[in-house]
Amino acid sequence: MRISTPAKLSLRTVVVGYLAVLLLVPLGLVFYRTFQHGFGVAWGWMTTPAAISALSLTLVIAAIAVPLNTIFGIICAHVLVRGRVRGRAILDALIDLPFVVSPIIVGLALILVYGEGGWFGNWFLAHGIRIIYAPAGMVIATVFVSLPFVVREVAPVLREAGEEQEEAAATLGASWWQTFRRVTMPSIRWGVAYGVVLTSARALGEIGAVLVVSSNVAGSTLTLPLLVYQRDSQIGPEAVSGAYAAATELIVISLAVLLVMTLLGQRREQVR
Amino acid sequence: MLYLSIFVLIPLAAVVVKAFAQGPSTFFDAITNSVALNALGVTLGASLVVAAISAVMGTLVAWVLVRDRFPGQRLVNALIDLPFALPTIVAGLTLVALYGPDSPFGLSLAYTRAGVLLALLFVTLPFVVRSVQPVLIDLNPEAEECAASLGASNWTTFRRIVFPSIRQSIVSGAALSFARGVGEFGAIVLLAGKVQIASIVIFADIESDAPQAAASISVVLLLISLIILVLLRVLGNRHAH
Repeated sequence: MRISTPAKLSLRTVVVGYLAVLLLVPLGLVFYRTFQHGFGVAWGWMTTPAAISALSLTLVIAAIAVPLNTIFGIICAHVLVRGRVRGRAILDALIDLPFVVSPIIVGLALILVYGEGGWFGNWFLAHGIRIIYAPAGMVIATVFVSLPFVVREVAPVLREAGEEQEEAAATLGASWWQTFRRVTMPSIRWGVAYGVVLTSARALGEIGAVLVVSSNVAGSTLTLPLLVYQRDSQIGPEAVSGAYAAATELIVISLAVLLVMTLLGQRREQVR
Repeated sequence: MLYLSIFVLIPLAAVVVKAFAQGPSTFFDAITNSVALNALGVTLGASLVVAAISAVMGTLVAWVLVRDRFPGQRLVNALIDLPFALPTIVAGLTLVALYGPDSPFGLSLAYTRAGVLLALLFVTLPFVVRSVQPVLIDLNPEAEECAASLGASNWTTFRRIVFPSIRQSIVSGAALSFARGVGEFGAIVLLAGKVQIASIVIFADIESDAPQAAASISVVLLLISLIILVLLRVLGNRHAH
């Protein structure tokens, strides 16, 4: 297309303007609201016992859910691409379910299965294990919502890499583990890395599913996103400041994630 | 498969069983009362509007990112993924800060349908852009130049040459946006107020200990999700052939 300069400029302005209104202005305002009473006040809100415990719980949940989904994701991608099992097409379709199911439904589903009176809930409670309204349930909810990312990033890379090198390694006497570590892993590592970043972003920020299965008690079952929700629902300007402070922490974390994402994306393009 | 069952399939099956536990008539009562019908209507309507706006704006953004060159472009490109990286509750809070009761612009969109639309536009921004962009990059500009040199106007070139090749990726991006819109909770919970959105009605039902009602509305949403999943799969297959 030959586009005249004015048309090009106006398209550019529309696009950049749309993004600015949708993305940048809101974020800037949250920063402003956080720091409008000075840095010390904001720091005070970020270091209340509830806020510190929320930050650490958020990180702990992500630290459990992300490795689980990474290992599952690599195995599952392997089965999808290399496997000759029946039902592969169904598995392939089901993997995407967590992308399209509402997080609230995830929470409800977990209550119905693992909660009191649920399918497995009574058995767990009889053995003294509380899942719903406890961190365990929050971990399961996080695993659910962030499950497909690694699979979806690794599967296409694995398909592109082909089987020949792995077969060659096997013929030359490499064990299964050696083949995986020396041949498969180097070719899929950027896919895995990208998937891990996406999984972490989702795991750190999940609210809907976690909200339903959390008991929402500050200091024990509040994550940072839940803290934002709870503080904003409370009445009074002080509580709202707490919400903005927690939101700023989350924004900083997600900007870091975004940076890693962009760098990895560029790295991946170069490798191709 | 076991992993998937424990975390995903069994819980979802439990929702369906719960919805029909007291017979199909209770299920139909739960989804045809005025609150549920209204919520489903608003949710589907809002998601359709969002998918449509996302499709148009997303294509425009993708086109500018691929075919235009300007300073700061890489930054803009990186920003597109921000809604994926940003926790949805923060997105909701930012919109409350902007358009809430003490908005710096004197706008008060929070607690209205417009506020909900904005929140959904925010969280679904990357879908269309990221699905159209790679196709546009692979698209050969020569065909476009050819059309232009044969006297086609810009609009004709877009409609006849560019659009046919990116149509499928626009549709699949819009379908993902729609699915996300139907289920979104975090971004709208703070600013929905009295606007009844399906996910918020479900949450209220869970809180007020009415799991059967919650499960019934969930089944309707699950059905919509499944339809979109199938649609995406069919589109993907056609694309591969």
